Amino acid sequence: MEALIAITIGALTATGVYLVLRQRSFPVILGLSFLSYAVNVFIFATGRVQTDAIPIIGEGRIYTDPLPQALVLTAIVISFGMTAVIVIMAIGGYLKAGHDRVDLDEDGR
Amino acid sequence: MSLALIAALPFLGAILCSLAIRWGRAACAVVAGLVSAAALSGILAHAPGVLDGQTVRTQINWMPALGLNANFMLDGLGLLFAILILGIGVLIILYARFYLSAKDPAGQFYTYLMLFQGAMLGIVLSDNILLLLIFWELTSLSSFLLIGYWKHLPEGRQGARMALAVTGGGGLAMIAGMLILGQIAGSYDLSVILTQKDAIQASPLYLPALILILLGAFTKSAQFPFHFWLPHAMAAPTPVSAYLHSATMVKAGLFVMARMWPVLAGTPEWFWIVATTGLVTMVMAAKIALFKDDLKAVLAFSTVSHLGLITMLLGFGTKAAAIVAVFHIINHATFKAALFMLAGIVDHEAHTRSLRRLGGLRTLMPVTFALTALASLSMAGIPPLNGFLSKEMMLQEAAATVWLTPWAMGLLATAGALLSVAYSFRLLAHGFLGPVRSDYPHAPHDPGPGLWLAPALLVGLVLAIGVAPMLTAAWLVNAAAGAVTGTVVETHIYLWHGLGAAALWMSLAAVGGGLATLGLYPRLRKAWDDTPRPEAKIVFDGAVMALTGLARRITDGLHDGGFARMGVVALAVIVAGSAAAFLTSSHAPGSRTMLTVTPAVAVVWIVIMTAMFAALRFHRDRLFALILTGIVGLLVAVGFAYLSAPDLALTQLTVEVVTVLLMLIALNFLPKQTPVESSMARRLRDGAVAAITGVGAALLTFALMTRDAAFAPISAFHLAQSKPGAGGTNAVNTIIVDFRGYDTFGEIIVLGIAALVIFALTETILHNRDAVAALKREGRASRAGDRQPMMLAVATRFLLPLTLIVGAYLFLRGHNLPGGGFVAGLVVAIAFLVQFIGSGFAWSQARQRLDHHLVLGAGVLVAWVAGAGAWAFGLPFLTSGYDYVTLWPLETFELATAAIFDLGVFLCVAGAVLLALASLSRLTQAARDARDDLPKGPV
Repeated sequence: MEALIAITIGALTATGVYLVLRQRSFPVILGLSFLSYAVNVFIFATGRVQTDAIPIIGEGRIYTDPLPQALVLTAIVISFGMTAVIVIMAIGGYLKAGHDRVDLDEDGR
Repeated sequence: MSLALIAALPFLGAILCSLAIRWGRAACAVVAGLVSAAALSGILAHAPGVLDGQTVRTQINWMPALGLNANFMLDGLGLLFAILILGIGVLIILYARFYLSAKDPAGQFYTYLMLFQGAMLGIVLSDNILLLLIFWELTSLSSFLLIGYWKHLPEGRQGARMALAVTGGGGLAMIAGMLILGQIAGSYDLSVILTQKDAIQASPLYLPALILILLGAFTKSAQFPFHFWLPHAMAAPTPVSAYLHSATMVKAGLFVMARMWPVLAGTPEWFWIVATTGLVTMVMAAKIALFKDDLKAVLAFSTVSHLGLITMLLGFGTKAAAIVAVFHIINHATFKAALFMLAGIVDHEAHTRSLRRLGGLRTLMPVTFALTALASLSMAGIPPLNGFLSKEMMLQEAAATVWLTPWAMGLLATAGALLSVAYSFRLLAHGFLGPVRSDYPHAPHDPGPGLWLAPALLVGLVLAIGVAPMLTAAWLVNAAAGAVTGTVVETHIYLWHGLGAAALWMSLAAVGGGLATLGLYPRLRKAWDDTPRPEAKIVFDGAVMALTGLARRITDGLHDGGFARMGVVALAVIVAGSAAAFLTSSHAPGSRTMLTVTPAVAVVWIVIMTAMFAALRFHRDRLFALILTGIVGLLVAVGFAYLSAPDLALTQLTVEVVTVLLMLIALNFLPKQTPVESSMARRLRDGAVAAITGVGAALLTFALMTRDAAFAPISAFHLAQSKPGAGGTNAVNTIIVDFRGYDTFGEIIVLGIAALVIFALTETILHNRDAVAALKREGRASRAGDRQPMMLAVATRFLLPLTLIVGAYLFLRGHNLPGGGFVAGLVVAIAFLVQFIGSGFAWSQARQRLDHHLVLGAGVLVAWVAGAGAWAFGLPFLTSGYDYVTLWPLETFELATAAIFDLGVFLCVAGAVLLALASLSRLTQAARDARDDLPKGPV
């Protein structure tokens, strides 16, 4: 199981990085989403994974680590905020500049 | 009234002013005036004790470990300055009410003014130098806003920038100097530092500290060679100039010199640096003032000159000179504030401030003339006005001071006084005397009392102090000078010192010389105009240009504007660093037992991997790539659910829905395809970087997960305390709303800010003509079929109450079971978003009663109140409590303050998500309006 999670995180990271390195804004935004998934799952995994051990007191005998979960929970919501800001920036940039390239032109500095 | 409260009042006033402007500028001015008056009465209530020699203190421990405490004190010096700041502040508020035109945003003006007033008051009331520095920087920032208040004037913006650069730069030096001083004295509290004179002056770091602190003081008080910013700051509205340059901003430097006088003064270094700077500034600025034509420029250089005079007196380092310095601070504030306001009146009525275009105003504006005459004669040092008294005393001190030679100081001081007489008389002669002209830009006449009342009160003081100094001013001078020198001061101020006094003859020489200078003015002026001089602004602008050019060259050298290139470089560094760390240290494979993989897990894993590869392969088809991303996100949620994280699964699920909706709206405006642009080599390079990074991340995760934590996680505490400490069984939720509530509070604020940024950016798009045109093109290009299918509209309306109930349910059970404010907020937001989809944004908007901004703000406020409620019980911010409540007919249930906090989270999340999506939908609406504008029928 751990190996599968590690491979998934690696694949999420690689997909995210490749898309972030594209030249248009939309793939970059998608790439950032993938990177967010990767980072969130990674933080979650630092608590080590367990099945049937939800951190609700009284529900079971063993509990998984609740702290990474709390951290990731807020991170998920914040990454939504971040994505939304980038999306509106991308739209504004496209509408004003007429293209959605992320690199600056020579004279656009 | 506690000093901390008095110091806080102006800041409260700033907030109130920004709200009161909704009821008009008069209400705004009244609020500002009342708050200032309240602070002034609070100060005056302490005055009797302070005059008896007591020091009033308020101590609040803020960060004791850093030595940063919110300690305030009020002694004689603080009393003097507080009265000046607040007293003149009230007059300025009155004057500004009638001075500003109806076009000027008065709410901003009063908000900035109160902010500035608070910063100044904070400086003079601080008992802790770190606190003082904070207020000091705040004066630089708020004066920037005030000087640049007329944003449409380039001079205003440039003047504000210059003032900020000079005084802010000096402030940085002063921070360093004060820190050194604190290190020497072993405390950052002034009350301790001021007792450490011997230790400080014996320290090898005395001179560096002195120079750094003086840099701050000199820049603020516009001493040579930093004087050039002050005349340029005259681009500010006149009430600002009158306030900043008579009683407050420029006096802050003098205040610090006076405040530090007991420990820094008395050494040869102090004498040479401070007295010389003051002397040079006094004479040089007085000379420039003589040759300026703009009334405000004359007053600006005169201010610089008088500041030089006071600096020089402080520099002498003797008790007698310090008394004179304090006395002149009072006198200068009264006549100079009046003169600035009167210059403003002339500008207001005649529409010019140029002495070349004025003259003859004596008969046209008799009230203004009478007031200006008294204030200018005081500035010139003519008896029986207050300027005369302190000038005589200054000349007396100068005559008794040895500087290079026994007579040089006296001679130069007399020269300064002479020039002061000359420019004061010129101001009167060229502005008000002479024949009435026929070519004023605007027919001048006296304004209403609203404008002249404030200067008239000050001129009354000028006269009263001049005639009866012992009755009107001596008490304040004694108290302030007593605080500066640390001794009991019993000053005696007389108009007449007898024929034997050197000052009398120096004074007579100054007046005679001044009149002669005025007689020779045309010839002197020609000589002045013919002499080339370096223009400070050109030098300053050149220096700024050179610095920004250097910064740009460095930036361009590091960054060529290629986002991907920078990304590759950054990733390469990170990966290489990690690999180096990994390869150079020993490690063994992890030994933790792994979970077994069930067939279902394997299937999910295969699907998620396939989705990712498909997203990579087909990322050019944006809609498809978005759907694939959504699938990956949903499967991540499934993974969370499987791995004992139901809260995460719920959050991920709802956020995914919202994110995909957001991106779908965004795709309306963006191209639907990504063109093939990059070369194969570049794609290979990116692929290689991505693969290496991915492998690294995977290996790191695997290594981590196959080991146990090196140290016991603190989660054991959270699990153990969840129920007894926080009153909830859901450990994740109790961590969010209780154990780490402060983090969450910060996070909802960040989310709120993000939503507001989105709103603001949408506004800029909708106000940009090119962008709106492009939006309309996109709108026409994307012709969807039906607008909203009937079935969908009906179904979504039916779903709304159900979804809201689900949201409420998730919220209520959150403390004990999976759910909580975050998830509930998202679910409720989705409930409304679905209405956007089903019935259209305009339809939903028309039925929406609550503003999203309001919900968002209410959320932050509720969370804050829930946290601040703990203060009522003497507990730190965000300490939660809970109890069991029985409310018939319900079962006994638990009520925790954390639940109120969670309500704030809920409101903030719901408001933020809705605001973000609604902002985007407004773009859709703008595009759709364009489509509806198209002619109907075949074209």
